[in-house]
Amino acid sequence: MIAYIFRRILSLIPLLLGITFLVFFLMHLAPGDITSNAKLARDIPEEYIEAIEKEYGLDQPFYTQYLLWLKNALSLNLGYSWTYKIPVAELIQPRLFSTFILSLSTLVFVWVLAIPLGVLSALYKDSLWDRITAFLAYSALSVPEFFFAILALYAVAQTGLLPFGGATSFDYELLSPLEKIIDRGYHLILPTLVLGLNGVASIMRVMRANFLETLQADYVRTARAKGLLPTAVQFRHVLRNALNPLISSFGFSLSGLLSGALIVEIILNYPGLGNLMYTALIQEDQFVVLASVLMSGTLLVLGNLVADILLAWSDPRIRIQ
Amino acid sequence: MTKSLLTEIFRRPLGAFSFLLLGLLYGSALLAPFIAPQTYQQQRLKSPYHPPTKIFYDQGSWRVQKYQRTDLATATYSPVPQSSAPLCFFAPGPRYSLLGGILQWDRHLIQSTDPEVPLYLLGSDSTGRDVFSRLLYGSRVSLTLGIIGLSITMIMGFLIGGLSGYYGGFYDNLSMRLVEFLIAIPGLYLLLALRSSLSSYFNSQEMMFLIVAVLAFVGWPATARILRGMTLSLRNCSFVLAAESMGQSTGKILTKHILPNLLSYLLVTATLSIPGYILGEAALSFLGLGIQEPYASWGLMLSQAQGMKVFKLNFWWLLTPGLLIFLTVLSFNLLGDVLTDIVNPKEKSRT
Repeated sequence: MIAYIFRRILSLIPLLLGITFLVFFLMHLAPGDITSNAKLARDIPEEYIEAIEKEYGLDQPFYTQYLLWLKNALSLNLGYSWTYKIPVAELIQPRLFSTFILSLSTLVFVWVLAIPLGVLSALYKDSLWDRITAFLAYSALSVPEFFFAILALYAVAQTGLLPFGGATSFDYELLSPLEKIIDRGYHLILPTLVLGLNGVASIMRVMRANFLETLQADYVRTARAKGLLPTAVQFRHVLRNALNPLISSFGFSLSGLLSGALIVEIILNYPGLGNLMYTALIQEDQFVVLASVLMSGTLLVLGNLVADILLAWSDPRIRIQ
Repeated sequence: MTKSLLTEIFRRPLGAFSFLLLGLLYGSALLAPFIAPQTYQQQRLKSPYHPPTKIFYDQGSWRVQKYQRTDLATATYSPVPQSSAPLCFFAPGPRYSLLGGILQWDRHLIQSTDPEVPLYLLGSDSTGRDVFSRLLYGSRVSLTLGIIGLSITMIMGFLIGGLSGYYGGFYDNLSMRLVEFLIAIPGLYLLLALRSSLSSYFNSQEMMFLIVAVLAFVGWPATARILRGMTLSLRNCSFVLAAESMGQSTGKILTKHILPNLLSYLLVTATLSIPGYILGEAALSFLGLGIQEPYASWGLMLSQAQGMKVFKLNFWWLLTPGLLIFLTVLSFNLLGDVLTDIVNPKEKSRT
């Protein structure tokens, strides 16, 4: 098991190398570089720009630049952001944290809501409740996330119930620790709802299908035949087995969230990793983009790893080779 | 086969509904210049955020209500009493060409006769352009991009997936590693990176093709992987082995024996993955990286719908592009499920 985890983490290395190289190459294709803005400003001396070009190897071909970046990154120097004028590591840390708690709260929201809803609609199959949830789930799956985000903002603007974007209030720094947590949570409600809607709909439907399928299994019939209470059958036998296939999608939904959060973060003005990456891409802030790619790539692979480990843990039949 | 497929679709209420809705959407996209009362770029700077105009029947004809702006700051309009202009049908207007330039015409389905009384069926946007007309013109971009992108994906997926499934070995290994690598990158990030790095090499008209290419580039790996698996299992079927032993060429085997067996799968996947392309284009345009002004696309139009002014003053008609995207995606999803049901009755529907 430990060897397996170790091997999976090792496989991260070529993937991250590949992704960062691809991004590096693509950004190299785009016109302009980190000094473009500095060159336009009249008060920045030529020598300064030349010194920067030398430091980051901008006069070299791009693969040398990449190797230089790699060497720096390995010694934990992720470079310097040209838009924010601070080291990238410092810039990314709070963003990473914001995205992480947003993903976490969305995951909790989705799973806590979707599993009971799915079980309920399977238990009361073809009832009015089942039909209504099926219709709602179908609609939710067809609403583009960014449209839903706009609708949510619209509702917030009309009612004023929730904060209008951001991750914290403007007086966040003055609050007591408890108030800080409450303030964060209050700001998380809207993005969590928007990001989670799709997940709730799809996981609910999958849960329903799994539950119905497991109800047909032989061991369920046996359990019924030996006179177990219906609730015991449903929860001890059916639910546990119906959950199995979903557990692997848990990790995938973690990784999917990180990429799906991009547009929602932009529209709701949530200061997360996706938002940072987007602005950095637009502004050609190369080192910020690379560091964000590195972080989200790592999270993606770790999410998949968590999925595999969870699956092995929940189902002893699956042996990790 | 096509005819029986259509009958099967129409036998199911959801199938008929989604098919007709899609037909309506694509039909109006095709006839956009004819149906649209105005062109997509016709600005009226004096009437921004104009609410949808009232149409009523009076004095023996349909008439358009005239409005005047009562508050410049908040763009509030109120109807002018006793002031309206008659609507006319099939009247001449700006010239346009239909069906890719084959047909030249200047008639429009519906128009206001008085240029002082503009007809805004769904209100106007920040520069006084007719939202309804822009929706129609935008649907041409939003609806066709998906289909073109999808065709490229399917062809690439079949070529790469099918060939690697058929030949196996080194080629298979190489292409599948590439596929795994591309799948591992979050799609939207790849889209953004590709789009922003390639944009300087294209002008805004070529941009549409760039977007298609980028969408197809992000989309093909998943299709290729599935098609590889299917080809792999078909490859050992006796009819393929028989064709091979009779000395048929590889190209013939692929197109005559393997492709027809993949068709039903391709049909269902195509229907279910078109929404992805529509959403991809909408998201890119929404972020300002797709279709550029003054051209219209649903995503681009929706990007005008965010902002405090729109939210607070309740310009709800600017949200209609989102509704259309929703309806299109919903119809494709429904149609896809119906098709799965027809092609493969044993398999339960996806959701």
